[in-house]
Amino acid sequence: MIPEIGHFALIIGFSLALILATVPAWGAWRRNSRAMALAPGLAVGTMVFVSISFICLCIAFLQDDFSVKVVASNSNSLLPPIYKFSAVWGNHEGSLLLWALILSFWTAAVALFSSQLPLLMLSRVLSVMGAIGVGFLSFMLLTSNPFARLLPGTPADGNDLNPLLQDPGLIIHPPLLYMGYVGFSVAFSFAIAALLGGRLDASWARWSRPWTNVAWAFLTLGIMLGSWWAYYELGWGGWWFWDPVENASFMPWLAGTALIHSLAATEKRGLFKSWTVLLAIFAFSLSLLGTFLVRSGVLTSVHAFATDPARGLFILIFLAFVVGGSLTLYALRAPAVSSRVSFEWVSRESLILCNNVVFLVATITVLFGTLFPLIMDALGAGKYSVGPPYFNAVFVPLMALLVPFMGLGPVSRWKRDSTRRWQSELAVPTIVAVLCGLTLPLLNAQYNVWVALAVALSSWLLLGLLRDLWYRVRGAASLSVGLRRITPSYWGMFVAHLGFAACVTGVVATSQYNIEHDLKMKPGDIEVIAGYEFRFVELVPARGANFVADEARVEVTRHGEVVALLAPQKRRYLATGQIMTEADIDGGLFRDLYVAMGEPIGDDGAWAMRLHYKPMVRWMWLGAILMAFGAFTTVADKRYRRVRAVASAPASEALHGA
Amino acid sequence: MHPVRKQRLVLVLFVLLFSSAAIALVTYALRGNINLFYPPAEVAQGKAPVGQPIRVGGMVLEGSVVRSADSLHTSFELTDYEAVVPVVYEGILPDLFGEGQGAVASGELDEAGVLIASEVLAKHDENYMPPEVAAALEQSGFDQKGKAK
Repeated sequence: MIPEIGHFALIIGFSLALILATVPAWGAWRRNSRAMALAPGLAVGTMVFVSISFICLCIAFLQDDFSVKVVASNSNSLLPPIYKFSAVWGNHEGSLLLWALILSFWTAAVALFSSQLPLLMLSRVLSVMGAIGVGFLSFMLLTSNPFARLLPGTPADGNDLNPLLQDPGLIIHPPLLYMGYVGFSVAFSFAIAALLGGRLDASWARWSRPWTNVAWAFLTLGIMLGSWWAYYELGWGGWWFWDPVENASFMPWLAGTALIHSLAATEKRGLFKSWTVLLAIFAFSLSLLGTFLVRSGVLTSVHAFATDPARGLFILIFLAFVVGGSLTLYALRAPAVSSRVSFEWVSRESLILCNNVVFLVATITVLFGTLFPLIMDALGAGKYSVGPPYFNAVFVPLMALLVPFMGLGPVSRWKRDSTRRWQSELAVPTIVAVLCGLTLPLLNAQYNVWVALAVALSSWLLLGLLRDLWYRVRGAASLSVGLRRITPSYWGMFVAHLGFAACVTGVVATSQYNIEHDLKMKPGDIEVIAGYEFRFVELVPARGANFVADEARVEVTRHGEVVALLAPQKRRYLATGQIMTEADIDGGLFRDLYVAMGEPIGDDGAWAMRLHYKPMVRWMWLGAILMAFGAFTTVADKRYRRVRAVASAPASEALHGA
Repeated sequence: MHPVRKQRLVLVLFVLLFSSAAIALVTYALRGNINLFYPPAEVAQGKAPVGQPIRVGGMVLEGSVVRSADSLHTSFELTDYEAVVPVVYEGILPDLFGEGQGAVASGELDEAGVLIASEVLAKHDENYMPPEVAAALEQSGFDQKGKAK
């Protein structure tokens, strides 16, 4: 009964979304304020019914209702209840429902928190979001109904969730990632609404900026969690594989990063308007492309789970419709909204432009590397694969190029600056940064020129930021007064850039100093890595709720003192018989020690073991958390709540201006 | 020249310069870092280059996996049931690697026609078959169990 309620709620949700996509849009066109006023209610209604549907699916999973097909294929009565939640979105149908649910949340959030928006704008924005909802909900109802039953022929027990997904990180990774993906639909809808209305100004940028920042922050967290999960769960100690599915989430992030910077210039200076709109379209299109790549099964990927290619066609058509439609609209309307503001070359604007060019080129190179195998295959030119060396070779120089602009950006002035001022501002940071780059890597056993470069660049970034902060507070009566005077958006930028510096340092240090030994070890064997003695003490059997395991006890000592006791496992899951490696990690701010088991070798109780020494790997994830935190902070800025006064004045003009 | 036009010109030049640098970088990076997939049948016919990075995928032949008793050395054979390619690999194999399962090995062929693998990918869950392996089997006209279709 509950699955039927869920299905029915989904149909109602779809109908409401359909009305939302059409009636308020018609109202905005005919200036019918009654039709327009329906939009917020419809948005909230869609959210309510999609939520009911989602809750019904969760109940079906929690109650082990194996007559529902997705439950039977992705859950098991032995599965711990908490993982039944990750089972809800650990499959095609459920993850689409999550997508639709989060979209309906975002739509309702825009409806509820945008009372300061002119009704005309609001109804257009919500209509566009409704249309996206219609696309996804019809996709679910037509091709991938999560509530499909297995009647008759209900199995006695389920197939179990893929053991790789039975992990706390995977409970929150997809929702966070989708919050980000889908969040860009808000920026997209604002852009489309603005194009429809033919009005793009500072208040438009001010409306869409907080939404975009929040979406970007969620996406950052989602990607970071995914990387962390891959690190400890896949058992090879890697944290980024340039896998197509990872790239699918990374491309919207890159485009989104360009977007949040270009939105800053649009809001502050009224510049790059049509460019910003184009970036908003790009960011969301890349989110859709990501969904298509992941959900259609066209890729060979370590992430690829069983998928149905027939469904890919629907998303592809939807994608073509969204991208084609929005770009056509853009081509028709963009000339009307272009800006006539000038700026000098030595200014913050041109640095933001550099940021945008770098990020866009990075997006395109990643996109090219990801799609290259698909294009070649479609042309019948053979089945190619593009490996991590390609991505590293193009991506690393681009990011290195970015940091100098990033260092200059925050200390520069809008509109017009002078190179002499740059010199005087950054002379001391530059000297100190070079010194840091020369000396800090000496703390490690061997000197490495790449680490030196990364340290120099990141400390330049850090010192430039600190110097700028000092200039901002030194005029104040006291330090605390000065610090309090600084706006949340400045703090947000500060923290996010700091996070980027930490991330760069972590990535380079861990890639350069990482030591990995794969070897055969039998109980009693000792292997020394970077001064740490790994001793394989014994092998013991272990048991979990739904698996049995061999557990290796590994003792790590340094200078005769015990540093860590690690217990990696080789698990066999009972429901499917699937074998899985569970690595064990001793984490720390400056180094991780990582042990994973391979397979038994020979008859003397020996195992293949993978031992890692990974310096500063956590800086990368901490950096990502800082970036996300920074982006969340900017939303607290007062000016985003003061907009009513600014917005209401041109509202009447907007009614005529379209 | 009008200052706005001048600014645009500089902008266009900058974008041109930067994008051509990026394209050069991409082509350079792409040259050494892509590899082509070959089904075992084509490797046996000598269509695959020797000493260049390639991928070979198929089913791991039953009874072909030999693990060394004192190192991480493993040898096995990949087949599309038309031809067989011997593979050697030094390292830890993925969890779902096993006889009678699909796998893709990337590495270089030596003169004797043995694939020296640097990486072995197995499928990621029970129902999933690497698309290349599925296509290779499609071509050879056998199903996963080696029965003619």
